[in-house]
Amino acid sequence: MRTIVTAVAVLILAVLPVAAPWLQFVLTLAIAKGFAALGVAVLLRAGLISIGHAMFFAASAYGVAFLARAGVNDLGLLLIFSVLTAALVGAIAGLFLIRYRAIFFAMLNLAVSMVFYALCAKLYGVTGGTDGMPVPIPAVFGIMLGEPLFKTVLFYLSLVLMLLVGLAVQRYLNSPLGHALSAVHSNEIRLEYLGIPVWAVLLIAYVVSAALAGLGGAIAGFAIGRVVPDFAFWTASGHLVLIAVLGGIGGVPGAFIGALFLELLHSAAVTVTDAWNLIVGLTLIVVIMFLPQGFYGLFSRKEASSL
Amino acid sequence: MSNAIIPLLLDSLASAALIFFAAVGLTLVFSVLRVLNVAHGSLYSIGGYVAASVCLFITSRQLNPYLSFAALLFSAVFVAAIFGPLIERSLVRWTYGKSEAVQILITFGLFLMLEDLQRMIFGVQSFYEDTPMRLLGTMTIGGVVYLNYQILLIGMALLVVIGLRLLINHTRLGRLITAVVTDREMAQSIGIDTNRIFILAFSLGVFLAALGGALATPTSGIAPGLGADTMVLAFAVAAIGGLGQIEGAAVASLIVGVARVLAIYLVPSLDAVAPYAAMLVVLLIRPYGLFGSVTARRI
Repeated sequence: MRTIVTAVAVLILAVLPVAAPWLQFVLTLAIAKGFAALGVAVLLRAGLISIGHAMFFAASAYGVAFLARAGVNDLGLLLIFSVLTAALVGAIAGLFLIRYRAIFFAMLNLAVSMVFYALCAKLYGVTGGTDGMPVPIPAVFGIMLGEPLFKTVLFYLSLVLMLLVGLAVQRYLNSPLGHALSAVHSNEIRLEYLGIPVWAVLLIAYVVSAALAGLGGAIAGFAIGRVVPDFAFWTASGHLVLIAVLGGIGGVPGAFIGALFLELLHSAAVTVTDAWNLIVGLTLIVVIMFLPQGFYGLFSRKEASSL
Repeated sequence: MSNAIIPLLLDSLASAALIFFAAVGLTLVFSVLRVLNVAHGSLYSIGGYVAASVCLFITSRQLNPYLSFAALLFSAVFVAAIFGPLIERSLVRWTYGKSEAVQILITFGLFLMLEDLQRMIFGVQSFYEDTPMRLLGTMTIGGVVYLNYQILLIGMALLVVIGLRLLINHTRLGRLITAVVTDREMAQSIGIDTNRIFILAFSLGVFLAALGGALATPTSGIAPGLGADTMVLAFAVAAIGGLGQIEGAAVASLIVGVARVLAIYLVPSLDAVAPYAAMLVVLLIRPYGLFGSVTARRI
């Protein structure tokens, strides 16, 4: 049943841009943000809320831009290296951030990401300052594509990645390592008494979530064609958290449902009003108050994880 | 170098005073309500906007310009009276006893709404209203011209530290607050109306935030995005001092103020990074801040 629903949903997504070409960019961006929100959701399972994940999103996009400047020009290589960059940054930041919980974890993530943002914006000679850096169109398996064709390839590639990575993350969350995350949330000390090293559980989760955000950032960088410091600004991190909560942290599809909903709502809202943050804020409050399991909780019959 | 010390010191103190106003309300609200109000920075900037608007009204009507000092105070009271009870009753009260993730997200949602509301009401251009600063004039120390307004800021910050200490240690309300902070259930069971204390404490926090915004407007102006910057800065200061510690916030403001002025003096491009760098260093060494106490972990 689950497989059928997923297959139908993916098929609809795959066909949509054929019917409405302008949707292709919106959907690519939604999937990119979905990856990042999935990263946030992984940590939310452990009760850790990160208001700084846009840093990894940006770090990976900057990684792509730097590698492209250095002469790497292959989509596959660029994706792999940029995700590794984000994972590396995640491992370094995670090493000391996972010592903290609750508010301190949230706010230290915020602080680290703001330092990153400030550095990206101020080091004009290296990162191009607030102008950002261009992300050129890379070759796909050695073939140079025109821009429209590349964007189409990118969209279908993200769709495939969404399925594959989504499955992998699902496996991870259902493994003992993944279940240990919820256990950290409910009672960390008991977990330690059981002989499970909490720091290792959290560090792995942190690196996984950073890598996921990095994958999203690389895709977004390619789709937009430019990376700017605003990628790492804290409101961007806040939006990622919103997507994760909106979709629900009960399962992998939640993050992508949330991202699709928010991106489509955004495209609809900008034509009517520019009070986008007002809508986002109100939605966030209403969802948390009345729908703590997110949209995913509506579909899932099992008792889904909530905040 | 020795010539530069006095101006640097005064600059640091004035900058610390402004930072302190942003942080003290946050830390006070956290100590009483156990809620980190992410929308705190927005209340700071709303205070600034209201004060600038009232001051502009006073100058445009050619009223006595000294009224603008009263206007600064009035705007803070006005913002606190409207937003304090409203936010506490409608949103913050709902989050008591819920997980910290929920509290952060609810107030973050409020922050997003308030930021957009300000943009809709006051527009996106920056406000600059310096009547109170010009009225106080300048003075010269060691050949360097100083704004008397900066001295006023330092004095006000001291007044707030002492005033809050007196309020908490020597008034009935202060003792009620202390009781609620120490043991919420016990306080409730001996008949303290905790809901009233929460509203009062939250409104006091809003008042301090709005007062900070109002006092900052004459020197630094006000522009969109101020709320976000203030929030992050205020948290950095509150965390360095230990969340919930008023004197801690004062000492932390001094540290951040000095760090910031030194950064501007030595590496101007990194002034925005200085507060966070200070916070990272302090929290790495003392995870609960300089004056914070470690709470026992629950089994």
